[in-house]
Amino acid sequence: MCMAGKLKTAKALAALQKRLAEEMDTGKCRISLCNGTACRPYGSNPVAEAFKAEIEKRNLADKVEFKITGCHGFCERGPIAIVDPGNVFYQRIQVSDVPEILDNSIQSKAPIERLLFKQDTGAKSVARQNDIPFYTDQRRIVLGNNTRIDPTSIEDYIAIGGYTALSRALFELQPDAIIQMVKDSGLRGRGGGGFSTGTKWETCRKAHGDIKYVIVNADEGDPGAYANEGLLTGNPHSVLEGLVIGAFAIGSHQGYVYVRNEYPLALKNITLAIEQAENLGLIGKNILGSGFDFSVRVNRGGGAFVCGESTALMASLEGKTGEPRAKYIHTVERGLWDRPSCLNNVETWANIPLIINNGAGWFSKIGASGNSGTKIFSLTGKVNNTGLVEVPMGIKLRDIIFDIGGGIRGGKKFKAVQTGGPSGGCLPEKLLDSPVDFDSLLKAGSMMGSGGMIVMDEDNCMVDTARYFLTFLEEESCGKCVPCREGVKRMRQILTDITEGKGQLSDLVLLTELSAHLKDSALCALGSSAPNPVLTTIQYFKDEYEAHIKDKKCPAGICKALIKFTIIDEKCPGCGRCVKTCPTQAITFMGKQKPVVLDQSKCIKCRTCYDICKMGAVSIE
Amino acid sequence: MKDKVAAIIKAYGNDSSQLVSILQDIQTEYNYLPRAALDKLSRKLDIPQSHVYSMATFFRAFSLKERGKHICNVCQGTACHVRGADLILESLERQLGVQRGQTTPDHKFTLETVNCMGCCATGPVVKIDDEFFGHMTNDKVEPMLSKFKE
Repeated sequence: MCMAGKLKTAKALAALQKRLAEEMDTGKCRISLCNGTACRPYGSNPVAEAFKAEIEKRNLADKVEFKITGCHGFCERGPIAIVDPGNVFYQRIQVSDVPEILDNSIQSKAPIERLLFKQDTGAKSVARQNDIPFYTDQRRIVLGNNTRIDPTSIEDYIAIGGYTALSRALFELQPDAIIQMVKDSGLRGRGGGGFSTGTKWETCRKAHGDIKYVIVNADEGDPGAYANEGLLTGNPHSVLEGLVIGAFAIGSHQGYVYVRNEYPLALKNITLAIEQAENLGLIGKNILGSGFDFSVRVNRGGGAFVCGESTALMASLEGKTGEPRAKYIHTVERGLWDRPSCLNNVETWANIPLIINNGAGWFSKIGASGNSGTKIFSLTGKVNNTGLVEVPMGIKLRDIIFDIGGGIRGGKKFKAVQTGGPSGGCLPEKLLDSPVDFDSLLKAGSMMGSGGMIVMDEDNCMVDTARYFLTFLEEESCGKCVPCREGVKRMRQILTDITEGKGQLSDLVLLTELSAHLKDSALCALGSSAPNPVLTTIQYFKDEYEAHIKDKKCPAGICKALIKFTIIDEKCPGCGRCVKTCPTQAITFMGKQKPVVLDQSKCIKCRTCYDICKMGAVSIE
Repeated sequence: MKDKVAAIIKAYGNDSSQLVSILQDIQTEYNYLPRAALDKLSRKLDIPQSHVYSMATFFRAFSLKERGKHICNVCQGTACHVRGADLILESLERQLGVQRGQTTPDHKFTLETVNCMGCCATGPVVKIDDEFFGHMTNDKVEPMLSKFKE
């Protein structure tokens, strides 16, 4: 598609949009292949190359439109493609499947059975994406366009109505009206805190100073959360459009996008999106002839979790080490370079164009009272259907894990769900019917965070989980304030002792006391929320702590110092597979059909034999 | 080296607020942060060496030590952890004969950990250079490493 130069009026944008929408509606069959970050370990890159080569070889360009898109969400089944018309959902595609998919799609034959989704091997296959339980219960207003557009093409974004909201904001709405709309929509910050976005914008607009900044927080450091990654990689222009609208409403002319360096694809796509928007005059001087100037710069993070905290992020933007400061004065008053700065999460910004296009009333009707809109979660861990899910707020945890997520892998028993990253908590089965929204999660001792949702089953140890988070936080503590630097360390040491069978019952009291001090006195949210994983596990899984302390046992069979691997002689067929894979030669082959012998003195408890044995002949005591 | 470092700094308009990005690019160029490059950076941007080093040591992405030919990154994010990422790390430590953060004596591999790579659904995940390996198990470690050993 050839592009005009800079768009100088709203009319020019509308005309371009009309033309691109017509061009997009080719009548050809369309294959959209997901090439998001999570599909790549499955080999989506070679599949994409195979499609391109086959289309060229067979000269099919006038019959098929092949699109490489960002994340479709159902990462468990990657690589994924959707074929339209028909909304056919193909999963786990291999390079060898490509010619057949092309033939079927062109000739509108029945979908290829072996590539269709089935929840279990015996279950009935589902052909249409919209009929798959993983998708039916979702409300994909933010992520949904990922399947329709090539994220590296601004034309695609414009063709589906992109930048209309910006045009509307610039020419039909006054800044105050935009802020009022955002307030009325009830949108709350998606980075975890859940503060009213409209109120934040209003305060920043009213703050003293001519120079103000708007910032996209894409330093999604929560381990186990990749919702921002999926959005920034799959639809970068939606974030950018929201940012420009916000800048106009607040009165800012300079924006920053702070991206984790661990997200190379997100970095690439947002950088390209900015360049494209500049070329079209949607960013830069006198945007669409409105007289409004705005420029954006991308900054990369350096792998520090604490930089997701607003003041630390701003310090890092200034070229300093990412240490937070006390927020006696909020960043909306004095933030980056001591000037009023409005920082919002990737997902918050991406919701803005939707609110402007569809109205505050439409938005506030989605979700629950006081928690309007949707939230994207990265559903991972021990569920069957892992991936990015977008659900209306207020949905029950059970619906996400058992309906969308398809329940627990391998028929195991659900134990806990962890939300909110290292600042969040682990919630037990009895809370599965509580709604997922900012307030309910806080009440349960956890938090929304940036949308990680990690499911754990009976094989996960909750003491080990608490120790894991505290180890993480100890490493990531910037060291500026004593409560966090020393408190987190002590808590981690106590937890390690418990996992090694050296704990005492009084440790639980000590942990609770330390937690209270940390909550009261740490400088930033990293420290003050660090006790959450410990407090929730003690609250909901006290029996596991007691088993470690009193009985010196790890019921889940995880804590190495408390477990022992043994061979169940009756079950062992003497196949010798474990003998070959044992890294320390602790297992001896005794002849065919004779059980192998495990030497405890050599066993390092690496679990390889347990994982590899198909007969279940290795047990953990 | 001087010219390369100068070119990187120039690409960021000699702007010291872009220090993290500049350090990232220097590390991409040399695979670590060489002392001479940091000296040059400090003089060119007119910022104290102590500040350059405080940045280089604060952010975990940077290495002041020379790293191996291949960077093996083991994800230790929560989603990977609940599926046994620590066992994969231990297996790599055994097979490479080094601890996390160290480089093998033949300079082939540096073993590093990362807190999340954004493909949690496929955990446990290991990344060697730009290649991702999902659903890792202990018995997949050796075949994975042998791909990079030649």
